[in-house]
Amino acid sequence: MGRSLAKTCTILLAITMGLVLSGCQNFQREPDNSLYLQLGERSGIANIVEDLLYLIVDDDRINAQFKGINVAQFHSNLTDQLCELSGGPCEYSGRDMREVHQSMGITNTQFNALAENLILAMEENNIPTAAQNRLIKRLLPMYPDIRHL
Amino acid sequence: MTRFFNKPRAVRVAPLLILGLLASPSAMADIGSRIWATGGVTSIEGSAGGGLVPWALLGSYASDEEWGGTVALSRAEVDDYTLSVTGAGINWNNRIEVTVARQTLDLDSLAFTLKDGFGLEQDELNQDIFGVKVRLFGDALYSPWGQWSAGLQYKRQRDFTVPEAIGARNDSGTDVYFSGSKVFFAAVFGRNLLVNATVRGTRANQGGLLGFGGDLNNGYEFMAEAGAGVFINRQWLLGAEYRQKPDNLSFAREDDWWDVFIAWVPDRRFAVTAAFVNLGDVATLTDQQGVYLSLQGSF
Ligand code: HEM
Repeated sequence: MGRSLAKTCTILLAITMGLVLSGCQNFQREPDNSLYLQLGERSGIANIVEDLLYLIVDDDRINAQFKGINVAQFHSNLTDQLCELSGGPCEYSGRDMREVHQSMGITNTQFNALAENLILAMEENNIPTAAQNRLIKRLLPMYPDIRHL
Repeated sequence: MTRFFNKPRAVRVAPLLILGLLASPSAMADIGSRIWATGGVTSIEGSAGGGLVPWALLGSYASDEEWGGTVALSRAEVDDYTLSVTGAGINWNNRIEVTVARQTLDLDSLAFTLKDGFGLEQDELNQDIFGVKVRLFGDALYSPWGQWSAGLQYKRQRDFTVPEAIGARNDSGTDVYFSGSKVFFAAVFGRNLLVNATVRGTRANQGGLLGFGGDLNNGYEFMAEAGAGVFINRQWLLGAEYRQKPDNLSFAREDDWWDVFIAWVPDRRFAVTAAFVNLGDVATLTDQQGVYLSLQGSF
């Protein structure tokens, strides 16, 4: 019992440290623009957002939310936002994330649906897996704003 | 100023948007919405997890407005034993998972030991496991501190003669566990890393196949279990698991388990897991190693 308890504690400590250490990486800001380049710069990002729009339209889980939006404005604002987030020379000039999505009551299901469509859109544009993951990592902090949590 | 307005593209999209809304094709949404491979697979005890360890993830792809289910067939063939598992589970709103599993352990070589040593004619052991897991808080992908779940596994021996003969006290028992899972995006060479940690309170001998409690120890003990895997891409997960075990019976030493696995999830509906497993010494037969294969369907 003593041996096994000590072992349990050691293992749990190791796991906790691992979680904390890897958690800290989340807060590091990478200032370089390598992600921006991997996404194909602004024109590449614009293509991804366009394909994302096509997927949204076909997706019953979320297309109702997008009914009647200003497509051109959405396209250009989201493109700017992803461009800026990926380290590109753009400045997002759209509305605040929390404000825009506040009244939509977006569920986890719908957030997953949008994340899925974004991944598919990046795949269609041959974005490497590592670059896809890096972009999503930078979008994650917006989750509470978009879901209004 | 680097901003510009891509009018032609937007104009091309606009009619499509309207058309899409009118036609309203029902392409997706029949199967759950969670991101590919984030339901884990069916563990040997039926709960969603890896192969040997339950994770905080709930089975199937049900997200917060959906139902989902899984069925699975698994088989572990180690030197002197074969374990077969049939499991099924349902998930409501990614909140509660309810699972059932039937395990059959073919005793292969142990059958002789039992006959000679105990005069027992038995060549397999069967156990049923009923599991419930609740997601308490968090989301493995989106919450900075991951997803945390608690679960129960009620286990019932169907053949208690052998476990009783070797010193097990009870033919049924309940494991209680608390588990955390987190996906760290772009953590290892740009790949996503899945980390799981589980603490289990248990009296089970060899997961319950050799009964519950024993002469060396008859009470609950806490065991640490862990798993980690790297998503090579969204279809392939490569990882390892470790499961600490109690040692309740003087009849035979019980060892910790570990495995190295690769899971292939070509589609949300289907997953294949293959592993190398090491179960250590099991009921006097030493160093039990072998292969594990599991097929899972989700709906
Ligand atoms: C990481 C996830 C998300 C990001 C980064 C994001 C980003 C954005 C951006 C940049 C805009 C444009 C704001 C503006 O034009 O001022 C926008 C608008 C919008 N978003 Fe999101 N969004 C996300 C998730 C979602 C989800 C899950 C939904 C619904 C299912 C959604 C529905 C909308 C709608 C309908 C608009 C248009 C609002 C309008 O123009 O009135 N978004 N989003």
